[in-house]
Amino acid sequence: MNLSYEKLIRYEMYPVYWCPGCGIGVVFKSILISFDKLGWDPNEIAFISGIGCTSRMPGYLKANTIHTTHGRALTFATGIKLVKPDKKVVVVSGDGDALAIGGNHFLHACRRNIDIKLIIVNNGVYGMTGGQVSPTTPEGFFTETTPYGNIDPEFDTVKIAEAAGATYVARESVTRPFLLSKIIEKSLSHKGFAVVEVISNCHINLGRKNKMRNQLKMLKWIDERIVPLSKASSMTPEELKGKLVTGEFVNKQKPEYVEQYYTQIIGKVKELQAEFDL
Amino acid sequence: MPRREILQGNWIVAEAAIAAGCRFYAGYPITPSSELAARIAEKLPHMGGVFIQMEDEIASMGAIIGASCCGVKSMTATSGPGFSLKQENIGFAAMAEIPCVIVNVMRTGPSTGLPTRPSQGDVMQAKWGTHGDHPIIVLAPSFPREVYLSTIRAFNLSEKFRNPVIILLDEVLGHSFEVVDIPDSDEYEIMDRERPPRGSNEFNYYDREPGKPPVVPDFFTGYSVHIESLEHDDRGMPTNAAENVKKQQFLRLAKIEKNLDEILEWKEHYLDDAEIMIFAFGTSARASLEAIKELREEGIKIGLFQPITIWPFPERPLAKKLEKIKKVLVVEMNMGQIIYEVERTASDDVRIDGLFKVDGTSITPIEIINKVKELYL
Repeated sequence: MNLSYEKLIRYEMYPVYWCPGCGIGVVFKSILISFDKLGWDPNEIAFISGIGCTSRMPGYLKANTIHTTHGRALTFATGIKLVKPDKKVVVVSGDGDALAIGGNHFLHACRRNIDIKLIIVNNGVYGMTGGQVSPTTPEGFFTETTPYGNIDPEFDTVKIAEAAGATYVARESVTRPFLLSKIIEKSLSHKGFAVVEVISNCHINLGRKNKMRNQLKMLKWIDERIVPLSKASSMTPEELKGKLVTGEFVNKQKPEYVEQYYTQIIGKVKELQAEFDL
Repeated sequence: MPRREILQGNWIVAEAAIAAGCRFYAGYPITPSSELAARIAEKLPHMGGVFIQMEDEIASMGAIIGASCCGVKSMTATSGPGFSLKQENIGFAAMAEIPCVIVNVMRTGPSTGLPTRPSQGDVMQAKWGTHGDHPIIVLAPSFPREVYLSTIRAFNLSEKFRNPVIILLDEVLGHSFEVVDIPDSDEYEIMDRERPPRGSNEFNYYDREPGKPPVVPDFFTGYSVHIESLEHDDRGMPTNAAENVKKQQFLRLAKIEKNLDEILEWKEHYLDDAEIMIFAFGTSARASLEAIKELREEGIKIGLFQPITIWPFPERPLAKKLEKIKKVLVVEMNMGQIIYEVERTASDDVRIDGLFKVDGTSITPIEIINKVKELYL
C-alpha cells in the first residue's frame, strides 16, 4: 500500500505499543491524515507528549518529537513555541496527563491563548498503569482504585477549556473517524490555543471491569453516550445526564500569545532602542 | 574595558547569563531569587530573547528544556521549594542530555523554611534531588566576580557536555549589593553545543565515544529528532534492552568522569605552608577567609580550600592537599552535608571537624576563629 502520509511514519518503530482495538490508533491516523492534507512539512512540526498510552504517539511520527515527563507536555511545547514562533507545535495527551497531573498547565495554556494544538485522547481511565480512576472516569464506574464504584464527579474538558480562554474547543469520538479527521484538521489550522477532546475506548483496562470486555461493546457504549451538538440543544438536562455532547463549541479569534510577545514586547523595546539610539 | 558596577548578586547572574548567550528564561517568582527574574525580564527583550513567567516551577523547567531542544541557551532560577519541584524535569534533561542552567539561591529549609535567610542546605539535593543515577555539574561561587564567571562557565559546561548545570548561591550572595568588576568579553570564552552538519542523513545521535557528549540535532534543522524521557537506545528511541541501558547509563556518567580536568575548579588561599585547612564554599568561604587573615596575624598557619565546582566533588585536588595537611575544619551553613565528601576523600590519619549553622544567620569570622582555637590550639 502506498499512502500519501507514509512519509510521516517512523516505520522502524512499528509494531505500535497500543493494544489491539485501541482508539488511539484512530486518533493517530486522523492526525497523520490532517498533517498530510494541510501539506505540513514534518521538519516544521514539533509533536510533544507527556506520559501514558496516548503519549507514546510521538515515537511513531517522523518529525521533531519529545516524549516528556508526566503531565508536562504543554510546558515543553510552550518553550518551543516561544523560541520558534513560526513552527507548528502539536501536543497529544491522555485524560490523566492533560487534566489531572497536567491540569494547571492546561488551564494556563488556554489562558495565554498560545498557538499550540492540544489533542486529548479521553478514554476515561489511566490505561498504562493498569486502569486506575481518572478525572474523566464516569461516576459509578469500577477501576483498580475504585473497587466499590467511582464517586468522583467527571471533569467536563470542553467547559474548562472554554472558561480558561481557549479559542478553539471541540469534542469528537473515535467512533466517527471521518468527522474526527475533519475536526482535527480544523483545529490544526486555527490560530491560537486549540483543544480537541477525543472520546476513546480502553476496553482492556476500563471495559474489562465494567462489562465491556471487547472493543466493539465499548465503542457501541461510546456511540450511545455521545450526542451531537445540534441534537443536544433540544434536549433537557435530565436527558443529557451522563451524555457527552460532541461538535465544535468555540471557534473565535483573540490575540495570540507569542505574536503578542514579539510585536508588543520586543517591538516596544526596538522602538525604544531606535528612539534613544541604544 | 572592564566595567566596575554596584550590583546585587542576583543581578550579576542575570547579566552574566545574557553575556553567555542565554536567550530564553522561564521562571516562577520565589524569594530570594526573584530579583534575578526581574532583571532578566527587563534585559532579554533587548537581545531579541524571550522571558516568560510560567504558572509554576515545574512548568518553568519544562519550558527551558523545550527551548533548549531548539538550540536556544536557556535558564531558570529558583530557591529551595521551587528547586524541589524542578527535580523531575532536571532528571529529564540529564537523561535526554539537553543543556540548561538552573540557579538555586538557597534559603533555610526544609519546607518553606526561612525565605529571606541564607543556607547551604541544598548541597545534597543538587546532587541527588532527582531519582536515579545521573550526571550533574554544580557550581558554587563565593565572590561577585566569581558569580559572574561561574554563570558564564555554567552555560559553557552545559553546552559542551549537554548536561544540566546548577549554580548554588545563598541568600547573602543573592541579595547583597557589592562592587563587582565585570570582566571584559575577551577574558572568557563562550561555548556552543556541537551541531551535526546541516542536512546530513539521520544518524544514531546518542552513540559516541566514552567521554564525549552526544551530538543531538536541534529541532527544525532537517532531522527527525526524537527526545525521550524513557531510557533510550543509540537512536533516542525507548528501550528496555539491558545492554542498551547499561551502555547509555555508562556514557552519561563517563562524559563527566572523563573530563574532570575541565570541569573541576577550585581556589587555594594561604595553603602553601598551612597546617590547618578550612574547607568552605559560598558565603562560608568568605567568612572563613576573613577568619584566616586574622588567625594568620596571630601566627597560626591556616589556609582555605574553596571549591567552586562542588559536584563532581574535587576529590583528587583535595586529596593531594591532605597529604600534607592533617587537620580540616569544614564550615557550612547546614547540619553537615559536604563534610561527608571531605571525609570520604581523606585518609584515616586526617582529623576532620565541622562547624555547622542552621539558625538562619550566616556564619561569622569570629565564630570560625573561636572554633579553630577551641579545636586545634
